[in-house]
Amino acid sequence: MTLLEIEDLVVRYPGRGGARGRTFTAVDGVSLDVRPHETVGLVGESGSGKTTIGRAVLGLAPVTSGRIRYDGREIHALARAGRRELSSRIQVVFQDPYTSLNPAMTVEEILVEPLRAAGWSRGAARDRVVDLLEQVALPRGAADRYAREFSGGQRQRVAIARALALEPELVVCDEPLSALDLSTQDRVLQLLIDIQERTGVAYLFVSHDIALVRQISHRVAVLQQGRLVEFGSCAQVTTTPAHTFTADLLLASPVADPARQRERRAQRQARRDRVTSPTSPITVSHTPDPGRVP
Amino acid sequence: MSAEVVTATPDLTTRPSTLRIILRNPLSRTGVVLLGLVLIALVAAVVIDWVAPDAAWKADLYQLNAAPGTDGHLLGTDSGGRDVLVRLVVATRATMFAGVIALVVAVLLGVPGGLISGYYGGKVDLVLDWLSSLAMSLPSIVVLLAIISSLGTSMWISMTTLGCMMAPAVFRLLRAQVHAVRNELYVDAARVAGLSDARIISRHVLRVVRGPLVLMISVLSGVAITVQTGLDFLGLGDSTTITWGGMLSEGFAAMTLNRVLFIWPGLAMALTVAAFFLVASGARDALQGIDGGSTTAPPAPERIRLTKVPTSQSSATPAEDEVLAVRGLVIGYPSGDGLVEVVHGADLTLRKGRTLGLVGESGSGKSQTAFAVLHLLPRQARLSGGEIWLDGTDLLALPRRERERRVRSAIAYVPQEPMSNLDPTFTIGYQLTEPLRARGVGRKAARERATALLTRTGIRDPERVMASYPHQISGGMAQRVLIAGALSTDPHVLIADEPTTALDVTVQAEILDLLRGLQAEFGMSILLVSHDLGVIADLCDDVAVMREGQVVEAATAENFFAHPRHEYSRMLLAAVPAEHEVRAEYVADRSVRQDAAPREKHS
Repeated sequence: MTLLEIEDLVVRYPGRGGARGRTFTAVDGVSLDVRPHETVGLVGESGSGKTTIGRAVLGLAPVTSGRIRYDGREIHALARAGRRELSSRIQVVFQDPYTSLNPAMTVEEILVEPLRAAGWSRGAARDRVVDLLEQVALPRGAADRYAREFSGGQRQRVAIARALALEPELVVCDEPLSALDLSTQDRVLQLLIDIQERTGVAYLFVSHDIALVRQISHRVAVLQQGRLVEFGSCAQVTTTPAHTFTADLLLASPVADPARQRERRAQRQARRDRVTSPTSPITVSHTPDPGRVP
Repeated sequence: MSAEVVTATPDLTTRPSTLRIILRNPLSRTGVVLLGLVLIALVAAVVIDWVAPDAAWKADLYQLNAAPGTDGHLLGTDSGGRDVLVRLVVATRATMFAGVIALVVAVLLGVPGGLISGYYGGKVDLVLDWLSSLAMSLPSIVVLLAIISSLGTSMWISMTTLGCMMAPAVFRLLRAQVHAVRNELYVDAARVAGLSDARIISRHVLRVVRGPLVLMISVLSGVAITVQTGLDFLGLGDSTTITWGGMLSEGFAAMTLNRVLFIWPGLAMALTVAAFFLVASGARDALQGIDGGSTTAPPAPERIRLTKVPTSQSSATPAEDEVLAVRGLVIGYPSGDGLVEVVHGADLTLRKGRTLGLVGESGSGKSQTAFAVLHLLPRQARLSGGEIWLDGTDLLALPRRERERRVRSAIAYVPQEPMSNLDPTFTIGYQLTEPLRARGVGRKAARERATALLTRTGIRDPERVMASYPHQISGGMAQRVLIAGALSTDPHVLIADEPTTALDVTVQAEILDLLRGLQAEFGMSILLVSHDLGVIADLCDDVAVMREGQVVEAATAENFFAHPRHEYSRMLLAAVPAEHEVRAEYVADRSVRQDAAPREKHS
């Protein structure tokens, strides 16, 4: 059973200086799926289309072709009204906790908003806020404060609480940790995992950092220039990658151990020297794209 | 988890009301008093109209042009023997009413138009923008005169026209503001949360634009009152209503008989307009305080008690191989009543040919320390203690100019955001050769040197890159260009502040390799500021950990990663995602609230 199914998704943006009508293809024929209670990690470099896929699922990016099905229903061409019905089922946590929370609103106003929009009574919404703050380990007193009075990690907790308000089945996490300090990152990551264990929510976890993705994902999809190069179980993709690009990503991501890092540098050097003779076994699972292999 | 919650929770202070914030500013306080007077006059006008409707017309024929203060006439009488004060008060009503008509029309047209245009864009925006441009291109005085001469002198007509002429200003302001807000992530979040457009506009967008709108409205009320007064002064107003403009006109006509008559309506108008401006700018500041101004502003630095830091080192000259040594550095910023210290007594030692990693989280003072060494701190920063030794000389003991010269010739800097450190209006070649030319290198030699440096930093076709503008190259390429620029002065110390944070990991690895190669080749000493322990492990020989403005641990990289001494270092290292930890396998149909360990070791 799948919760979210993306099939052959293409997202194109019209180019600037329109006479030639040059379009920019952000996502190029990507297919993947997310099962209930599962985390699927989307990894790639800047411009790989990972964020665009998340935004397409949320209805914030135009779908040029392909299909997005949620719980068996096609959602890629929904009008605003249909989208609003989905708001209780699909939610989002954005990258930047500084711009994703309205600075002029208190935490309570921020958290009550989606509840009121979904028709909750004022009293019930208030009670839910207490609940939510507890879930993300913020003190009760936080409700009356403005979001800008909090640190980055705490703001991201508020954003997570807002995403959880309507008890969604799927949360798109768009680089939710990349604006945070290292130690805060670890705590928020653990919080996301705890929430999933508790509530059974599924995550589409978009990140450039394969080391973080590995910690939270059940399955990992690797993207390169809008295309899916590899999609498989977390252990398989991050320990025995099938695609050279995934292996490059893994090797390039530095580890906090000078000796191991020296080893990895040597490995990387060895791979670079081998580039001229691509003898390494490459089995691409989804979209074969041998032309792009360096 | 609880540590973060406890340490960073701001203390509960009650927020003052908007009105109280307005009253705190002496200028806006004056404005409030003046506005109060105007309001009293307005109420008095209504009362007079009700109690004695003809008071303003009652003529005292024995006292024509009486001087201010003559029995019963506080401001004297005019050429018809009518009481000036009573007329002034009665005129408030019509003048204010005229201003309100114009404002209401301008706001009713401009605000919804601007909101819709800015939020939806597209065709609606195109049409409305065109209309507003058309209205703005018409000379408003000419339009007003034409309307008045064809439709009559009614205040309703002239003020409605004025309102239409002012609406584009409101429209433009709102459109630009809304446009900026529309792309904020919190508006996206509201859409995903299922809010309707009307609700998003009223709750999120309107809140942000209300500050500038208040200011705009006050400016326009001033304009409306001035224009109305001007029209009446010219005799283009309704002669049956008493207005300040009409009184001004009469005062001018009677100039030879009564010199002070025109002063009173003029004063009333000037003070009213001033009151609007003062109150509005106070209100704008108060709203801005509530809205927090910029959304991206980091939280204010925490207030730190100013204590005398004992100098941990004697001011002995550093050892020979210590290229750069920072001792007991204290940096503070003036704030309100005192100095907020951000770095208190930092010690660093960078040895010849080695790389020192300066680790810390945001707000730890690591960049401040690096900037202090680079002599690049903001103007208001205070270096209130410590020493910075460069090649055996204490820089802080030198005169400013000499210090600047030494730093620039010995130390190069590689910044965090390569793109924002290149000027978009000049070619790369110009930006690389200019510093060399400033040092007296010839044009041709400078070009050759720049080309050689670009080649050395791994750029394959330096000629093409030299001819490019910054937007034509990638972020990784831009960082190579900046490194080439840093090398052009033959520095023996390189300070890199998060040089790879903005780059993709694969590019990061290449840049780190480049820095390593350059160090081996030129024997430079590198101070690498980073929060990424992986990057530190990759490049550094020594590590210094900063926390809350102090260096809590300094060790060789081997020792730091193998046996961190300080508790904070251990906490940082524990937060690094472990290399072999992956999420537990996905189990379909598992019951929620399973108490399995969230992460497991994978080997």
